[in-house]
Amino acid sequence: MTTKLRSFLSVFAARPVALLGLVYLVTIITVALGADLIAPYAPEDIEPVNRLSPPSWGHWFGTDHFGRDTFSRVLHGSRLALLIGVGVVSFALATGVPIGIISALFPRIGRVLMRMVDVMMAFPSLLLALGLIVILGQSVANAILAIGVIYLTTTARITYGVTLRLREETYVEAARSMGASTLWMIRKHILPNMISPLLVQASFVFAFAQLGAASLDFLGLGAPPEIPSWGNMLAESRIYITRAPWLLFYPGLMIVLTAFSLNLVGDVLRDRLDPRFREMLGNRQRR
Amino acid sequence: MLAYVLKRTGAAIATLVAASIVIFIFIHLIPGDPIYVMLGDEATPEQVEALRTRLGLDRPLYVQYFYWAGNVLQGDLGTSIFFQEPVTVIIRDGAETSLLLACVTMVWIVALGVPVGVLAAIRQGTWVDQGLSGIAMLLASIPTFWVGLYLILIFAAHLGWLPSSGYPSIFEDGGLSNLRYLLLPSLTLAAPNAALILRLTRASMLDVAKEDYVRTARSKGIRPYRVVVRHILRNALLAVVSAFGFTFAALISEAVVTETVFALPGIGRMVVQSILRRDYPVIQGVILVIVCLYLVINLLVDISYRYLDPRVDLE
Repeated sequence: MTTKLRSFLSVFAARPVALLGLVYLVTIITVALGADLIAPYAPEDIEPVNRLSPPSWGHWFGTDHFGRDTFSRVLHGSRLALLIGVGVVSFALATGVPIGIISALFPRIGRVLMRMVDVMMAFPSLLLALGLIVILGQSVANAILAIGVIYLTTTARITYGVTLRLREETYVEAARSMGASTLWMIRKHILPNMISPLLVQASFVFAFAQLGAASLDFLGLGAPPEIPSWGNMLAESRIYITRAPWLLFYPGLMIVLTAFSLNLVGDVLRDRLDPRFREMLGNRQRR
Repeated sequence: MLAYVLKRTGAAIATLVAASIVIFIFIHLIPGDPIYVMLGDEATPEQVEALRTRLGLDRPLYVQYFYWAGNVLQGDLGTSIFFQEPVTVIIRDGAETSLLLACVTMVWIVALGVPVGVLAAIRQGTWVDQGLSGIAMLLASIPTFWVGLYLILIFAAHLGWLPSSGYPSIFEDGGLSNLRYLLLPSLTLAAPNAALILRLTRASMLDVAKEDYVRTARSKGIRPYRVVVRHILRNALLAVVSAFGFTFAALISEAVVTETVFALPGIGRMVVQSILRRDYPVIQGVILVIVCLYLVINLLVDISYRYLDPRVDLE
């Protein structure tokens, strides 16, 4: 085990609840990868005789209105949840980080870029996502893009703030006065120092992406209905809430546990962050 | 101070203009021709062209924008394609529900988030603090519609105490007692936001508690209660008040989902339905009004923040 990994884990040792969160996340990744092997049924298997049957030995989480096994569908739903999370985080980082760094290092361009970010932030986040879905069409990729755009803005702002501080550091100034190129400074000084704050941001974005995707699914504008996502399962269960409350419980619980674990992990990582950067990742997260 | 107000107002107006251009372009990128939506598939090409000319949709995009912006400045947001009614009337009809919902929700947020946050800060590090902070984080991790559906299941379906959907205007039949229709929706909407305010209040209290003047007050022998209320809380609330603007914006956005869950006749649900109906003028109008509201609130928050805390510099 490398020292870095050990120091990473030692932080969690002091916060048992956060450690549980970490364990949950590792479990859910394993489940997502091995869903085909673990799930007792295929997610689309229909058993009309067992429509809306409550949890039992045969169907741990009960069945839905087509007689599909909720447990298997919940397990398969973890795949889409992770895909959405990874996709949104990647998009937000791939777009937000360059915008933030360029804005901080080139104030002329920065003034324009950050104004554009301000304008985007004036739009209520969910409406922005809904609008993009309608323009782009309904698909998993477009859901990722639509939610990613929301967090592009926060990521750009955080990167901008962090870069502004780093630019003033003595070692960066020294490098500059010795004739280092901007690209070299970004690679050697700015990006390496930005990893921790961005890791914290990534875990929060991952968490909120789960909630955003669930909302889009619920409004019928997220993943196509045939895909067993947790949000879609909840949307379908809505009409049966009094007859089959288990349909409402399990997919929702998975969303909550996933988002909660990510928030816990993000919180622990933030606490050990350089205090100069901590305030930028405060409670003003966009939802 | 005046210079600051003018500068911030100017920036807000610039943002609004930019946002209006973005909205306008966005709407015109939506696939699907509104003319066909209006006339149906059987329309003849002549009918389509005639209507397109009548609505000005055949003119260049920038001409359409200036035409639209000019009308907006005169208080005319256009006419709904679906309802054949002015957009301003549609917004006014939904505004009562949405604004009341937001206000009742804000009451919950302030009443629950701030005092509990103060309590967590006072008991920092104890199990009370850890428990409350944990609950806050849990609430921020729950999808709002899930909370809403459970509240419906418990309080409307099982106990039958409260209505599960709809909202009749308080100005019509029923009067103020109609507010009970907003009780479950407002709790739904308040849960994650009260959690954020709780966390912010706690963090802000702990920040202020480290200030020199708090140490001075303590060492002068002022009673702990008084130090908390007079010295810490008053200053800590500044940061919390400035977060209310963000929270309000979040409320408008999340209300889209909450209004759908509870079938409330508000602006949020109207937007979703208009998007599905390709009712351009309504989408344009509603989003513009919401953005405008958001900018005005943030402007007021910024100015009051500056007024309340002169240490905040002009930038």
